[in-house]
Amino acid sequence: MSGRSIALHGAERVPHSRPEWAGSVRPGHRALLPLVTAEAVSRPESAATAARLTERSREWQDGGWPENLVPLRERAARIRRETLGDLESHLAQLAAKVTEHGGTVHRAATAADATAIVRRIAAEHSVRLVVKSKSMVTEEIGLNPALEADGIEVVETDLGEYIVQLGDERPSHIIAPAVHLAHRDVAERFDALAGERLDHDVTALAGFARARLREDFRTAGLGVTGVNFAVAETGTLAIVTNEGNADLVTSQPPVHVAIMTPEKVVPRMADLGVLIPLLSHAGTGQRMTVYQTLVTGPRRAGESDGPRELHLVIVDNGRHRILGTRYEEVLACIRCGACQTACPVFRTLGGGHAYGAAYGGPIGAVLSPLLAQHEQDRELPYLSSLCGACADVCPVMIPLPDMLVDLRADDAASGRRMSRAGWRAWSALWSNRAGHRVSLAVAAAAARLLPRRFLTRLPVARRWARGRELPDLRGAGRLRRALRRRHRTGDPA
Amino acid sequence: MRVALFTSCAADLAAPRPALAAVRVLEAMGMTVDVPGAQTCCGQVALNSGHREPASELMRRWGRTFGEYDAVVGVSGSCTATVHHQFPRVLEDRAARLAVDAARRTWEFTRFVAHHDAALDLALSGDVTWHDSCHMLRSLGEKAAPRDVLGRVRGLRVHEAPGSEVCCGFGGTFALKYPELSCAMADRKITDVTRTDATHLVSSDSTCLLHLSGRAARRRVPLRALHVAELLAAALPGGPGTLEEAFA
Ligand code: SF4
Repeated sequence: MSGRSIALHGAERVPHSRPEWAGSVRPGHRALLPLVTAEAVSRPESAATAARLTERSREWQDGGWPENLVPLRERAARIRRETLGDLESHLAQLAAKVTEHGGTVHRAATAADATAIVRRIAAEHSVRLVVKSKSMVTEEIGLNPALEADGIEVVETDLGEYIVQLGDERPSHIIAPAVHLAHRDVAERFDALAGERLDHDVTALAGFARARLREDFRTAGLGVTGVNFAVAETGTLAIVTNEGNADLVTSQPPVHVAIMTPEKVVPRMADLGVLIPLLSHAGTGQRMTVYQTLVTGPRRAGESDGPRELHLVIVDNGRHRILGTRYEEVLACIRCGACQTACPVFRTLGGGHAYGAAYGGPIGAVLSPLLAQHEQDRELPYLSSLCGACADVCPVMIPLPDMLVDLRADDAASGRRMSRAGWRAWSALWSNRAGHRVSLAVAAAAARLLPRRFLTRLPVARRWARGRELPDLRGAGRLRRALRRRHRTGDPA
Repeated sequence: MRVALFTSCAADLAAPRPALAAVRVLEAMGMTVDVPGAQTCCGQVALNSGHREPASELMRRWGRTFGEYDAVVGVSGSCTATVHHQFPRVLEDRAARLAVDAARRTWEFTRFVAHHDAALDLALSGDVTWHDSCHMLRSLGEKAAPRDVLGRVRGLRVHEAPGSEVCCGFGGTFALKYPELSCAMADRKITDVTRTDATHLVSSDSTCLLHLSGRAARRRVPLRALHVAELLAAALPGGPGTLEEAFA
């Protein structure tokens, strides 16, 4: 009982100019990260994206936390951790409240279970068109391709998400999905979609998208949203946006499916007063998002709008395996994206695509391997210089750098024996004075005797020399000699 | 006061000058400086590469080497941060307590200078900019001491670069795993620095500096990198007077 999309009409005319690893559907296997990242860095678009993100970071993050938010941040960190300590009882309370208000709660263990539930609901209502507000969990579980396989059109109604959808891309940042695109790129996409040259003024382009989307809100058979916070004591689902599209997605279509992961639950309504301002500040430097959509049950008797059915899908997708481990705190994440904006690696890569996972940047490098959906995500914790900027900006104080180090240790422990043996041999050598001295002498001799051309082909040196001159190792051991001489003669060093 | 100098493995391998300079500065402050010959590496490289066991072996060795001293001064901000932050996280057994205890008495070089010296007479004219190396800034939380110390050098002008707190892209084995990415990060830093009026980039970590100057040399960009200990040693009485002369 629903129409076809106006917003996507002409989408086949929009060229897909993205690299393969930025595609909307994640391939089962991608090239190794060193290759992908080298390619990402070489793209001129990446430098432009880095400049945009750096600008935002300077504007919002430099100078640290504003004084009034410091206590709020501590409270938020506490609330999130306390909730994780007793997740199931909060979820039970939430489910009971949602049901009491007339909603239906579904628990899904895996991504496939969750998509199957949504497909079933769509089939029951003969849905042909779905409108969505921004949701990262639907990226994680691959909801769009699953629905599209059933012949259903899915329209992203967040402006940034709509733009990346047109180009068949994944979001490149968890709250700024199109940050990898310049104004001109967006204008070109919209021109192609419209089949004519549009007014390229920013407001005019936004107006174009708005007019296109407006009709779909009216005719869609199903609205899908994520959930920023689910309040256990009232059964209220809170969704924040700056465009108000979640208001429309949750009020116009006859059925609303909200999808969340277990850790989105918060105990009390009052917690929103702590978490929403923090999320707003950390994410976009705002005091408050423009819209806060609060959904408590479907349309009630006598009400003139709102969906007739409300379904809440709680999908675990690997999170129960994180609870109770040293990584539990990562589930305190409120998906503000601040760690991505602050991360110089993420910025230099031109956004999150090169990480090859639903979540890129520091949070993605920690969370993705823990969710263990793809074997290759085990590489991600190494894709960080461990600079620590992420931990500084995280509104709930997740020790991301420590987790990256620990995940590397987990990976190495189960990894190649050769490299483990190498590190052990090295530490044995350097735990011994003579061994240390000999290794320095060997390094210095090699640097003195071997031709440079040969040196730059040695395993470690080769990678250093890709882009940098080698440090002068002829001086290896010189410090010790100078100190001994100084000790003997009393000469200044 | 007797202090032990914790030189870091970069000093043994490729950057001896900052450690030697640190000795001179500390002695000028009236300290008796020991450079324990038994020191090798704090274990950071192994730890950050995921090799916890080899790392903890080196950490325990560090504890045995420096355990006896009243004060340990680290020439590298990053290695000092490892001692402070990672030792308690990684080490568990009883032998480890020595290392954790010594960590409490371990100072980063500029912090030590800023806290222990009032009378040091420093003069060197020139223009520098400071690179906040990541672990010194975020793990040790040290931003003020280097600026304080540089501020005491008569004739020295310190120009803040816009991205002084942004990582230079070194990151230990990160620099080898992702060379193109690491170099692209260095390029941004180099651009930020060359936009200031500084002629020299100063920092507290030789490894960042080797990475940056190696990159600049490859690109033939005239970036001159300098460890803060070298700068302070050149600023001691009887020094050359100008930065240009000291580090041509
Ligand atoms: S880890 Fe922290 S900074 Fe990153 S998205 Fe989550 S809450 Fe935001």
